[in-house]
Amino acid sequence: MAKSITERLDTLYEYDREPVPENKLHGAGNFMGLFAGEHVAGTEFIIGPLFVAHGVSAPDLFLGLFLGNLLAVLSWAFITTPIAIRTRLNFYWQLRKIAGPRVTFVYNIVNALMFCFLAGAMISVSATAVGLPFNMPMPTLNDLYPTSFAWVITVFAVGAVVTSLAILGFQKLSHFGKIASPWMFLIFVAAGLAVLPQLGVHHPSDFWHVANERIWTGIPMEGQSKFTLWHVLFFSWFCNMAMHIGMADMTMMRYAKKWSYGFFSAFGMYLGHYVAWIASGILCAAALGEVAPGPIAYLGAGIAGAACVVIAGWTTANPTLYRAGLAFQTITPNWKRWKVTLVAGAVTTVAALFPALMMKLLDFVALYGLLLMPMGAVIFADFWLIPKLKLQSAFAEARGLQMSWPAASAWLITLGLALMIPLDIFFKGLPAWFIAVGIYLAGSWIQQKNSKYSMEG
Amino acid sequence: MKTILKLVSIAGLLLTILPAILVARGSLDLETHYGWLLIGMVFWFVSVPFWMKEQVD
Repeated sequence: MAKSITERLDTLYEYDREPVPENKLHGAGNFMGLFAGEHVAGTEFIIGPLFVAHGVSAPDLFLGLFLGNLLAVLSWAFITTPIAIRTRLNFYWQLRKIAGPRVTFVYNIVNALMFCFLAGAMISVSATAVGLPFNMPMPTLNDLYPTSFAWVITVFAVGAVVTSLAILGFQKLSHFGKIASPWMFLIFVAAGLAVLPQLGVHHPSDFWHVANERIWTGIPMEGQSKFTLWHVLFFSWFCNMAMHIGMADMTMMRYAKKWSYGFFSAFGMYLGHYVAWIASGILCAAALGEVAPGPIAYLGAGIAGAACVVIAGWTTANPTLYRAGLAFQTITPNWKRWKVTLVAGAVTTVAALFPALMMKLLDFVALYGLLLMPMGAVIFADFWLIPKLKLQSAFAEARGLQMSWPAASAWLITLGLALMIPLDIFFKGLPAWFIAVGIYLAGSWIQQKNSKYSMEG
Repeated sequence: MKTILKLVSIAGLLLTILPAILVARGSLDLETHYGWLLIGMVFWFVSVPFWMKEQVD
């Protein structure tokens, strides 16, 4: 059973089993576009308003986002890309070499479930725009369950369309998402600019005063916890934790000519996670605290704004749903791809019915990163630190092991300890990374010192 | 042909951002801004798929 699962998983990734050859590498422009496209997405419409709701002050927001995004860029440049360009392997194969196919299989399933919930949040985001012409009552910040029959119908309709399109043609739709991103970014900026006079900004010199007094006032909305500079900094650093220190972006960065291409992540961070979050926060304030993306985008940009929410939500949900289907296919090998995607779409749509997924997006994104990040720490430790301890890198591959217990322990124990650390979820990622590295190194040392296959043995 | 399509795309982006700047300066009303944004959206999406090449994943 285990072997057949492994074989099925390998088959899915067969097409990129080999390291990327020199002639397939890509130039700087591609990476600027990829990062900018990937990080100007549907989620940006809800994250900016959630900062407003959590009572972030204007100085904390501007400084926290600047520093957090800088740390994210440095993580891509100094942690992800150097390993990606040396191995030229995608994340799946690198993890499989180190952790063994069974751990990799479990990782894929956890990842797929997280993808389903993320896509669900995006369907909720789109539904807030689709429901606008029908005067659908919008979910509010503290809503956890479906709020009306109209909401249920709208979410089902959006979910059905997103799932059908993911089944019919992922590649073309994925391309559509990329061509939409420059326009989407400008819609964010345009919508934010256009509502500034409503908030009392009639001259650039008015902005900072209004930002402090009417937008990021430092006072949380009712029922919301207070966010500080540290919350903003750590959230913006770690909202893509699975991608940078979690190493999932090895898959993309293995095409980079130089390690320094990791710095191009700045295009995604400072356009999407700085300008777009600020713009959507301004929209939230102009809408008197409304956080539903559809109405706030309509307020700033009319029909084009509502269309932008639908497109942004849809283009994020579509590849996410496709990837979830791909991972789930390993446990249902006799099912056709369309059937797996249909089931993943159904799970996603049911999840989308609950506005909690959208309204608690900050917590969900932090949890998503934390769950997957330890495997990135394992890859980092195996690549740089294991050779320095005169141990064998990729020991599972060298020994033909189905599972590396040091890697599995690093994952599970780290998550257990992270849950016990008495810190807000946004702050757990940093200590958890060091814990995962420590457990993997200690476990590998014990495993290999007891093995005749160690380098010294 | 490709040059014309690119010009239409650029016009689409300009129609997306310039009216918002005018609204912020107080020289354009919000409803007119909505209309220009809609035209900009049409310009962008009817032209850009024909010239923007697919990128690496």
